[in-house]
Amino acid sequence: MSKSYSKSGSLRGFERVAVEVKSKFGAEFRRFSLCRYKPGKFDEFYNLILHTHNISNMDVLIGYADVHGDLLPINNNDNFCKAISMANPLLRIFVQRKEEVDYDLFGTDSLTRKKKPLGGLRTDTLRKRVHLTISIPQDFRPVSSIIDVDILPETHRRVRLYKHGCEKPLGFYIRDGTSVRVTAHGLEKVPGIFISRLVPGGLAESTGLLAVNDEVLEVNGIEVMGKTLDQVTDMMIANSHNLIITVKPVNQRNNVIRSSRMSGSSGHSNDSTTSHHSLSSTHMMQNYNPEDESDEEADIIIEGTDDPQSIPFKLLSSSFTTSRTNIGNLSQRLQKELAFNDSIRENKGNILKTLTAIKAEARHSLALSRGGIEEDGTVITL
Amino acid sequence: MKRFRRHGNELHRERIKQDLFQFNKTVEHGFPHQPSALAYSPVLQLMAIGSRSGAFKIYGAPEVEIMGLHEENAAVTQIHFLPEQGQLVTLLDDNSLHLWKLKKSLDGLSILKEESHFDLRGQPGAPPSVTTITVVLPHSSGDVIFLGTEGGCVFVVEQPSFREQEERTITQEAVLQNVPDDYRSRRSLGSVEALQENPRNPHQILVGYSRGLVILWDLQANQATHHFLGDQQLESVAWQRDGRQIISSHSDGSFYQWPVSNDRLPQPLEKSVPYGPYPCKAIPKIIWLATKQRTPFIIFKGGMPRASYGDRHCVSVLHGSKQIAFDFTSRVIDFFVVDEGGSESDCDDPSALLVLAEEELVAIDLKTPSWPVIQSPYLIPLHCSAITCSHHVSNIPIKLWERIIAAGSKQITHYSSKPWPIDGGYSTAPEPLQRDLLLTGHEDGTIRFWDASGVCLKPLYKLSTVNVFVTDADHNDNLNQSSEDEWPPLRKVGCFDPYSDDPRLGIQKIHLCKYSSYLAVAGTAGQVLVMELNDEAVDQAVPCTLVDILQDQDTFKWKGHERLNPHEDLVHFPAGFQPFALVQCQPPAVVTSLALHSEWKLVTFGTSHGFGLYDYQQKRTVMVRCTLHPSDQLALEGPLSRVKSIKKSLRQSFRRIRGTRASGRKRPVHGDGAAKVQEANARMDREALNEMELAPVQRRIEARSADDSFTGFVRSLYFADSFVRDGSYHEPSLWAGTNGGTVFAYAIHVPPVERRMEEPVTAAQAKEIQLMHRAPVVGIFILDGRGVLLPEPLEAAHDLSKSPDMHGNHMLLVVSEEQFKIFTLPKVSTKTKLKLTALEGSRVRKVSVANFNSSRADDYSENGLLVLTNLGDVQVISLPTLRNQVRYECIRKEDVSGIASCVFTKSGQGFYLISPSEFERFSVSSKWVVEPRCVIDIDEGLGTRTSQQRIPQDGPVTKPNSGEMVQSQQKYGLNRQASIGSEGDGKKTVEIMEHALLNDERVLLEIQSTLESESASADRLSFGHLNRNSKNVAGVQSQGQRMMNGD
Repeated sequence: MSKSYSKSGSLRGFERVAVEVKSKFGAEFRRFSLCRYKPGKFDEFYNLILHTHNISNMDVLIGYADVHGDLLPINNNDNFCKAISMANPLLRIFVQRKEEVDYDLFGTDSLTRKKKPLGGLRTDTLRKRVHLTISIPQDFRPVSSIIDVDILPETHRRVRLYKHGCEKPLGFYIRDGTSVRVTAHGLEKVPGIFISRLVPGGLAESTGLLAVNDEVLEVNGIEVMGKTLDQVTDMMIANSHNLIITVKPVNQRNNVIRSSRMSGSSGHSNDSTTSHHSLSSTHMMQNYNPEDESDEEADIIIEGTDDPQSIPFKLLSSSFTTSRTNIGNLSQRLQKELAFNDSIRENKGNILKTLTAIKAEARHSLALSRGGIEEDGTVITL
Repeated sequence: MKRFRRHGNELHRERIKQDLFQFNKTVEHGFPHQPSALAYSPVLQLMAIGSRSGAFKIYGAPEVEIMGLHEENAAVTQIHFLPEQGQLVTLLDDNSLHLWKLKKSLDGLSILKEESHFDLRGQPGAPPSVTTITVVLPHSSGDVIFLGTEGGCVFVVEQPSFREQEERTITQEAVLQNVPDDYRSRRSLGSVEALQENPRNPHQILVGYSRGLVILWDLQANQATHHFLGDQQLESVAWQRDGRQIISSHSDGSFYQWPVSNDRLPQPLEKSVPYGPYPCKAIPKIIWLATKQRTPFIIFKGGMPRASYGDRHCVSVLHGSKQIAFDFTSRVIDFFVVDEGGSESDCDDPSALLVLAEEELVAIDLKTPSWPVIQSPYLIPLHCSAITCSHHVSNIPIKLWERIIAAGSKQITHYSSKPWPIDGGYSTAPEPLQRDLLLTGHEDGTIRFWDASGVCLKPLYKLSTVNVFVTDADHNDNLNQSSEDEWPPLRKVGCFDPYSDDPRLGIQKIHLCKYSSYLAVAGTAGQVLVMELNDEAVDQAVPCTLVDILQDQDTFKWKGHERLNPHEDLVHFPAGFQPFALVQCQPPAVVTSLALHSEWKLVTFGTSHGFGLYDYQQKRTVMVRCTLHPSDQLALEGPLSRVKSIKKSLRQSFRRIRGTRASGRKRPVHGDGAAKVQEANARMDREALNEMELAPVQRRIEARSADDSFTGFVRSLYFADSFVRDGSYHEPSLWAGTNGGTVFAYAIHVPPVERRMEEPVTAAQAKEIQLMHRAPVVGIFILDGRGVLLPEPLEAAHDLSKSPDMHGNHMLLVVSEEQFKIFTLPKVSTKTKLKLTALEGSRVRKVSVANFNSSRADDYSENGLLVLTNLGDVQVISLPTLRNQVRYECIRKEDVSGIASCVFTKSGQGFYLISPSEFERFSVSSKWVVEPRCVIDIDEGLGTRTSQQRIPQDGPVTKPNSGEMVQSQQKYGLNRQASIGSEGDGKKTVEIMEHALLNDERVLLEIQSTLESESASADRLSFGHLNRNSKNVAGVQSQGQRMMNGD
């Protein structure tokens, strides 16, 4: 039911040739439209923005809100085209003066979390901030995050690794081991799965969220207790595009302290690893979108290629993101995005469907926060 | 409110599931792995075979099989039927004796139950050899069992209480009293090697000692009466039927005949070395059988000339001047003779010799002058050449069935016409109601057709693909023909032949179309043969078409084996399946998938490099697609690079095996360095093992990439008539799935029949799907608008299935190792999916669509995906909703070859290899269960010997029906009223069923009715019309219901 609804909805949006643009600079709004199929170049767009806002003497950064509510920058042709193609139906543009930019705002959920992403409210504080000169990421997606801090025990950490769009290997190894559990009969030794090695330069290592000898408790919401090393390996690889591992870190001193308990808890970590701490907290996200999960589930489907030579096999078999950037032909790309987005919608429905099939306990342990499910609340109430 | 209702639905669903699914491991087909003991009961006409795993099985008439399993995991070294009927005593290699009893279970079927067990205990402090049992002799009185030991004593234990009668123990001291001094002084007597009761006088038993002495012991006087002073190491002794002579065999290959008269120290009458004069090997067992014609049979094992034939496994039969050494390809375990002389008669009158070798059981007809082999109805060595693949075809039309049987019967001309000599007990299992074929492909290039309908896996026909190709084996034929006056007079018997002439001949994939009788087989060296069933022998050339899978990409170098060379000229093909087209893939890599569409006359095949489509009507290649990834070096190099890892793992597993063997050896060799060396070896192995286990096993977590090896490996091929390009127009299509998670779809244009030979078949790519998770695609299916799998080619045309719904939206089901995904057609987008690996960590190994009938409601059935995972679980997943229905543990997850060999049937059953020689049959359906249901009548008086009901001519053996039939049907919850049959119902039923099977039209009707599962159940009961004899209606109906399940 959700499928047919969202499908037709998205299709309706795509049928329109014009893209509505709502551009905001400070407190000023400008509205105009662009042709979906001939959006032109980024430079032209940049000049258009400056012109419409009458700020032609300023250096600005242009950002837009994507379908997930993320504030993403527009600074080249590629992400400009992406922004246009994803506009559904409205494209929300945010213009900032370069010197006033809060880089932290770029990234996942920045817009959904704070209803007012930019604005005068925080400008004073922002100005005072020591500004790190980090270039704006070409690839907008986050690579890792700590999630569900509010529902997990403090000793555990749920880490999400976003493999998609990232050329880095996941880069870690797991092994069998024994861990100690508190049971009704006292302490008991039970077999467990542990991280045995991090590949230098791999995704796992670069996040700093996983360490050797961390015990793996869950993989994408499914407990690994009673599963063999091979099974867990297969589960992780099967989820590798969007891997959520719940670990019990071997080093318990870096645990995220929840604000609610901050006062009462004695173990406030204030040791030498604070830098690491702050690093990880920037990654800290409370929610994630099931829609994101289905992103990478989109299989590449090529329909009706009577002339199979037109698409070289090599291109197809290389990862989705690379093929996306490699193909210059815009119309072809758009067509693909169309199919891509379409399947996203469908997948969303499926995931929720499968979710209902899972028993209630499993649902709780599954890393889906309330927010994520409410988005499709029309379909299912848990 | 809503929740409550759903709960009710779930309960209802659970109930339906119970009616549909039930897991049973029912029967093992084939030959027991590592047999170690053999016994025979002439009274019950039953044979028992024990194996090293601690299991033993009783066999009687075909389909009569009863298994007993010792709790101890020790090899069964001896089995003896006790003279009281229905009891057996087994000796395990842990020196324990076990008493088993044949009992009736609640539903009237015979089962084996262990009654008690016994360990022989010696004096405290005595060495264990004193009580190590070497020989077991159950006394004919049924009161006692004599146990000969390694220490040289004979212990007497009461039976069934297993109480030792110490006062009757025959000690060496007592034996030596009357032995002449010069003989006695030489040495101790050695272990007890033989115990034999005088067939004419139950109070006399022969005791043979390993150092050569044989004594006759009088049980009443409790002393030795005769001493036979042998001067050779003794192996065995046997009585002549009249009790006047004995025969002893020795370790030097000789046998002696001794008189039993008043002379207490007799001299041998005759001494002979049958295969002398050069040194010969020992004769471990000898028997002597009298005939009416006075010329006795002497049958012995071994005794071959040590130097030139010492490695042969022979059983020799001497009858007057006639002598033949039956030469087996595997070690002979034991043998026995079935005789026709009653217990009161003067002569044995042997009719058949049964030899149990390590890999097969061979029966030799001794009544027919040429001593031919009797074809066995069971215990067939499936592994006569190693099984490389299997293929199951359900519900074979009677026409094809008969033609296969006819082709097979022409192959078995050299067998004896005598019926199988062992026929104890009878089966109450209902006649199979459809004909199922199991095809096994073998390493030597043969395909065997088995009747897999019932409890016995019967061989029907053997097809060889060898003669198509030029092989080294061709000129070896004349070597096997032994000339008349050769000595020793060896004759090869049995079919176990583990050596393949050329591994390239191995069969990898089989596809049989049961309606058109076309068969496609593909092999290790990229050969694909298309065959047709012909009832006449022909001489024909097989045209060969080379297909370049790489399509001229000359940067690649194939480093694997070369292709097989076909014969250019005419080849003789006997009646049966005859090849008429040969497709040779280039490079000649193993064919990894195969499909045949008999309606379109197309065959498709895939290797690790790509796939091709071949039109066997026009004998023309239609299309080739290379799936190779340019960076995939492994696939290019051929199988060589993979061998390394296999070798390594083999070495490891051998190590493991050696380790366990060393610890659990049979009779430990005492003293000497040999034992020490072995011990040291075992210790080293253990250490090596420990080391391996200590090294941390770690697994790399990495997303699969397009650059992984073997991504181009074609895993599945599928033909379907569906909506590939257009939602309004369906057309033939070919689907191919690779190891890298890519699915290719081709639309095929097949010209209409009248222009089929002129117009070319063309194929154009219509779709390509790259699964994001990149897991290997193990199955592709298309479901019609109702969610039902599209029928097999010609199935709908023959009106045997409902024609598919060609209006609704078709669905594409892609099964990868990790996920099940249903896509819409013609526009491919995901509809439903089940992520198995992400949820459970298991991967799909085998998948097939099966129809599950309800055991309760006749007209209710569901289609489901039958899935075997890498953990050995069998799961059923509903279609098209993709919900997990049930899961059963089926195969141990370590048993990789078992999992790899698994094959499913369309009715929810399956087979897998539990050993190289045995298929285990299992069923996930609660409706279709094929299991042995047999009864062995054990009467207190010996009055009704089942053998007296033996029917001389071939054909089904009919047995009287007692109440068991009724009870068995009740167990299945069948119509109780229908089964109140009078005596003799079962017998008639069998006859009628047999008739029905031969009656073509009726059977077709019947098949049709089973296939049309949705039609009214009332019509189906018209099965009763088949029988002309109104008094049998009840019996037949109840059988019919077993098949179709009337309410």
